[in-house]
Amino acid sequence: MTSGEVVASFVVPVHPHTVLAPDQNPGWRRLRDAFNDAAQTIRDLDADLLIIYSTTWPSIIGHQIQADPNPEWVMVDHDFHDLGSIPYSFNIDADFAHAWNEANEQRGLQSRCVNYKGFPIDVGSVVALTLLNPDNSIPAVIVSSNMYANRSETTVLAKSCLDVIKTQGRRAVAITAMSLSNRMFTDFIKPEEDKIHSLKDDEWNRKILEFLEQGRLEDVGQLSRTIHRQIRVQKVVAFKPMWWLSAMNGNRNDLTGRILAYEAIHGAGGAVVHIDPTSTGIGDKEYDEDDVEFFHGERGVLEGSDEAEIDQSREAERTDETSVSESGPALWDPTEAEGSVNTDAAPKPVGAYPHARKVGDMLFLSGVGPRQPGTNAIPGGPIHDENGEPLDYDIKAQTHAVVNNVRRIVEEAGATMDQVVDVTTFLVDMKRDFAGYNEVWAETLGTVGPTRTTLAIDALPTPIAVEMKVIVHMGE
Amino acid sequence: MGKGQIVAGCLAPHPPHLVYAENPPQNEPVAEGGWEQLRWGYERLRASLSEHDYDAIVLLSPHWQTYVGTHFLGLPNFEGLSVDPIFPNLFRYHYDMNVDVELAQAIHDEAAKAGLPVKMMENPDFRVDYGTITTGHLFNPDWDKPLVVISSNRSTAYYSVEVMQEIMIELGKVTRKAIEASGKRVVVLASNSLSHRHFTTESEVPEDMSKEHITSHAMHLWDMRMIEYMRTGQAQRILDEMPEFTEQAIAESDGGGLSWLLSTLDVPDYPGILHGYGTIIGTGNAVVEWPCYAHEVNEG
Repeated sequence: MTSGEVVASFVVPVHPHTVLAPDQNPGWRRLRDAFNDAAQTIRDLDADLLIIYSTTWPSIIGHQIQADPNPEWVMVDHDFHDLGSIPYSFNIDADFAHAWNEANEQRGLQSRCVNYKGFPIDVGSVVALTLLNPDNSIPAVIVSSNMYANRSETTVLAKSCLDVIKTQGRRAVAITAMSLSNRMFTDFIKPEEDKIHSLKDDEWNRKILEFLEQGRLEDVGQLSRTIHRQIRVQKVVAFKPMWWLSAMNGNRNDLTGRILAYEAIHGAGGAVVHIDPTSTGIGDKEYDEDDVEFFHGERGVLEGSDEAEIDQSREAERTDETSVSESGPALWDPTEAEGSVNTDAAPKPVGAYPHARKVGDMLFLSGVGPRQPGTNAIPGGPIHDENGEPLDYDIKAQTHAVVNNVRRIVEEAGATMDQVVDVTTFLVDMKRDFAGYNEVWAETLGTVGPTRTTLAIDALPTPIAVEMKVIVHMGE
Repeated sequence: MGKGQIVAGCLAPHPPHLVYAENPPQNEPVAEGGWEQLRWGYERLRASLSEHDYDAIVLLSPHWQTYVGTHFLGLPNFEGLSVDPIFPNLFRYHYDMNVDVELAQAIHDEAAKAGLPVKMMENPDFRVDYGTITTGHLFNPDWDKPLVVISSNRSTAYYSVEVMQEIMIELGKVTRKAIEASGKRVVVLASNSLSHRHFTTESEVPEDMSKEHITSHAMHLWDMRMIEYMRTGQAQRILDEMPEFTEQAIAESDGGGLSWLLSTLDVPDYPGILHGYGTIIGTGNAVVEWPCYAHEVNEG
């Protein structure tokens, strides 16, 4: 099995002119032709999923993911209603949407799926799907742009998406529906009068495109705040899609970029850009912002006590690395004997041992549970409270979290999940949990095909229900 | 034809939670109540105006956001399903509303004469924004009066609050002029919240009022300051402090509704009636009526 991957990325403009009026302006026609070119590229790549991050779908309560398998309506733009209407009927991958939502929650994000008849799909998504997937042959998923999300939240949103792409083995295309400069003329203009709103906006747009053509996507992401201040109307959704797109591409600067078109749409900068993950071998990575695997939240206004607990937990990590966690044994820094593989993206050990150890082309993982790095939260809930009283918990969520932790350690070692050759699983309640665990196994590691042994045991050191011991063969 | 008249002007916020909590037959989700203080505020507003007949409602909604000029609904009827893209779990409302196209066109034409970029919206497929639907329902649940719906030009985002206010004060003046020329009796509504910082999480039961409060003390202070100006007939001070209020309280007045309303009412120096105040997912909301009917100028 080949693990999933992002096979291409695209930046596309949001306004409806390319759908409704391409022949009223030569630039709009060139953008439309570029959309057609992009659609052909997507078909040629044999992609099986389109993922749209749309700046014209703002959200407040976390991230929303469209999960109606067949949303249908007629879209009319709030500004350009006189251009006409765009009827739509899209093919949404609801299973992927739900899996992404779950992955978001596992990485600490506020997230939900939406599946309501008549939900107004935003103009950016409608334009992108109408032109990039005209026959609906490729299933799609759409995610909102949270108006309060910062860089780390947006980066984690991409990483949780990548989790699912890899787990499901998808050939995904990542698309940001966005303008470059988004300053439109504030008065009505004739189509033939269209141009970029100002020379300054044009110069910034060309600099962005120069970076993208050189494959320097992460550089554009890191300039996001500056770009927003310089050429963006200060409305709610900032120039954050580049954070998402860069994270979807591994925060790289050595991609292969191709500018298919760059034109004005009522003054805003509209571009169709193809970003190929193939490395050009150029483009030094100057990654000067912290990477982040798990979103700890910095707001939590409704849940003040929980936030305080998280802060307390972080403080404990900073000041006393072996302090006792709230409901379990002491946490340790992983040991670092020769060949050790450790990562901040996995939960801290509960004793003096590494996350994994490499011997030749073999990689041996220590037992991995579902605890989340940083917070020690247990997806699906702990199996008992601090007094030992049993609690209800979700074995499937715990098992998913175990697999994700395993993946992070395996990838830290430079290996891939399809190189996992043997797994020993420990369950504390075989009768209750085997079916749920087995179901998640079938969706994840079961598609890779390692040998497996499942044992019932009395207890694990933390209040978890499942742990895996994994062996990886890193050779050919 | 006699001179038209503004019967009342109202600050009439549009959080969909209020419609959700009321469980009207048009809305699909079902609630166990919630946000009663504000809903009772709307009841008091409706009762206050029940003795005063009027011909039309003119409403400016910050959720019909236009970046190119100011737009007006320009067809006599719109019906459909309004689903809030942010709170679709709360608001999926089947609407059927009539538009006073004649009055809309008149305000449009006056605005054009004043040099404002304006456009009539005449696409029958257009879906009316949920802000309009929410305020329209809460103010007049029978939907038995035609509306004039004005979009919110996003000049605050493009330029500054000052530029927005300059445009909205002009738009208010021409709105008043067109209403007076129409011979109609009209109520004008600004559909916006005050402080507008949301919680970014939602309770498992959205109407769980034990979770509802203002997001910060600073937001509360700003809301009370503005309400006090409203209650004491100091509309000019609201306009004067609009830039600071809008910036520091992240206020929904950025959409221009409140500035437009006060201008349309000719910057009233008489007290507004506070019918209710409450928070909705952390934002501050007030239902306020300026009873123009009680302050009519006798021109005889």
